[in-house]
Amino acid sequence: MQLESMYQEIILDHYKNPHRRGLREPFDGESFQVNPTCGDEVTLRVRLDGDTVQDVSYEGQGCSISQASTSVLTDLVVGHTLADATKTMDAFVELMQGRGKVEPDEEVLEDGIAFAGVAKYPARVKCALLGWMAFKDAVVKTDQGVETR
Amino acid sequence: MTTTTPNQALLDVDTLRADFPILSRTVRDGKPLVYLDSGATSQRPRQVLDAERRFLETSNAAVHRGAHQLAEEATDAYEDARARLAAFVGASTGELVFTKNATEGVNLVAYAMGNAATAGKEAARFVLREGDEIVVTEMEHHANLVPWQQLAQRTGATLRWFGVTDDGRLDLSNLDELVHERTRLVAFTHQSNVLGTVNPPERIVARAKEVGALTVLDACQSVPHGSVDFTALGVDFAVFSGHKMLAPSGIGVLYGRRELLEAMPPFLTGGSMIEQVFMERSTFAEPPQRFEAGVPMTSQAIGLGAAVDYLSAIGMDRIAAHEHALTEAAVRGLGEIPGVRIVGPTDGVDRGGAISFVVDGVHPHDAGQVLDSLGVEVRVGHHCAWPLHRRLGIPASIRASVYLYNDESDIAALLAGVREAQRFFGVDTAARTASAGEGSQP
Repeated sequence: MQLESMYQEIILDHYKNPHRRGLREPFDGESFQVNPTCGDEVTLRVRLDGDTVQDVSYEGQGCSISQASTSVLTDLVVGHTLADATKTMDAFVELMQGRGKVEPDEEVLEDGIAFAGVAKYPARVKCALLGWMAFKDAVVKTDQGVETR
Repeated sequence: MTTTTPNQALLDVDTLRADFPILSRTVRDGKPLVYLDSGATSQRPRQVLDAERRFLETSNAAVHRGAHQLAEEATDAYEDARARLAAFVGASTGELVFTKNATEGVNLVAYAMGNAATAGKEAARFVLREGDEIVVTEMEHHANLVPWQQLAQRTGATLRWFGVTDDGRLDLSNLDELVHERTRLVAFTHQSNVLGTVNPPERIVARAKEVGALTVLDACQSVPHGSVDFTALGVDFAVFSGHKMLAPSGIGVLYGRRELLEAMPPFLTGGSMIEQVFMERSTFAEPPQRFEAGVPMTSQAIGLGAAVDYLSAIGMDRIAAHEHALTEAAVRGLGEIPGVRIVGPTDGVDRGGAISFVVDGVHPHDAGQVLDSLGVEVRVGHHCAWPLHRRLGIPASIRASVYLYNDESDIAALLAGVREAQRFFGVDTAARTASAGEGSQP
């Protein structure tokens, strides 16, 4: 059934038990993003250690897709270099904008592949990307931001 | 439908649904379409589609230009649509301006007022200055809020607003205090597109008249659903959209009292709206042409005229009674589901067919997705009324909105869909605890 193809168990698990939720100090960059069509919002902070993402903390309110996607994001980027995180982000964005025609690479996206079904629903793609746009923006606002561009 | 209730006897929904081809399609893997989003846009009957097509196949030409036969026929059809619209809302023909949509209608007034300062003595009554006040309400659609914020910004006027009570009514307890001698304009909705609340124009208009303020009524959610007479209401301006009343998109209406339209400077300028043009200056046509610059939407206006005929033939009072019964059934049914909260009045008094609600533990977007998977099409989000949602302490809501073509089976599908959303997201309504939705929704 369609609904299950969008709401994979992995997504519902992240939604009910989000990873790294909450805003923490200190941080190097912060971004607030809002989806003007539905009002979903997220505030996300990035803490760096050199060029490695040491922590991502966030707070916001939104649907299961936006919340779960942000939770998955933290798993995928924390402990990785900014260069790797950017590569992962690009892969996730490509998946989400692929209208369900992009085959996700589990090696790169791990739990993120669960969002492949969401990509078939254009109205929900923005939900899935909300946290990622916040991450991208927060990184730009750190001192390291310039180097990753 | 298998049951016959007195409500359905009033309106033969089965028969009139046959006029709306789209309603017989299926969505999402063969689910029958249950369309509960007419508050956003309504579906169009064959009669409206046919009228547009007939016009385009026989009489299409640019209106109010040219002297050939097609131009004559097109102009007649366009003006005939205006006349039918005018009769429909209790106005005279010269008091209706065709616009792109209701949003353009509000902007037309706002920009005309902004232009008034340099438009001569006649326009003095529209001029806003620092210290003047514009009053709106906290339940406005962005279309009847943002243009006034902008006008206040351009003129130095101050924006003030009526609050909303916890049960979703307009708080008019401070009416005399809020609308006073410095108030130049009061803009308010006839019926909230979120709460369904029907506001009392008479009270607000009476006070506005006492202090000499203009009134602007957002009638987008009222004109399509019942009898509305602008002259009887006494408002100075009113706006509504065609696409919410069975007509095409791209056509809306601005009503303005004749005397005001005559004194008001134009918003958009160019062809059609002029009287005389010289290289250095121009004079302007009488209303309504003064406010219809450029070649107007023609087949859309003809479609709107046909929609008015369609609605009138059924009868606006019958439509209102039908929707009232459906609204009460929906509000009652939703109220009986544990964990569902209605956003707006929970009784049927002064309440229209926009039924918004939230489901504890299920984000509106997610609930909407479950409903959609069952073929039930509702609106989710803030419905272009963000400040209202903020006031009510919710990020978004789910809105079902009914029209003449809905029946009780649609409401039953909505209720079943809401229960399914609760089941899918593991909201145990029998034994809900504080842990439900933990880490997700406040």
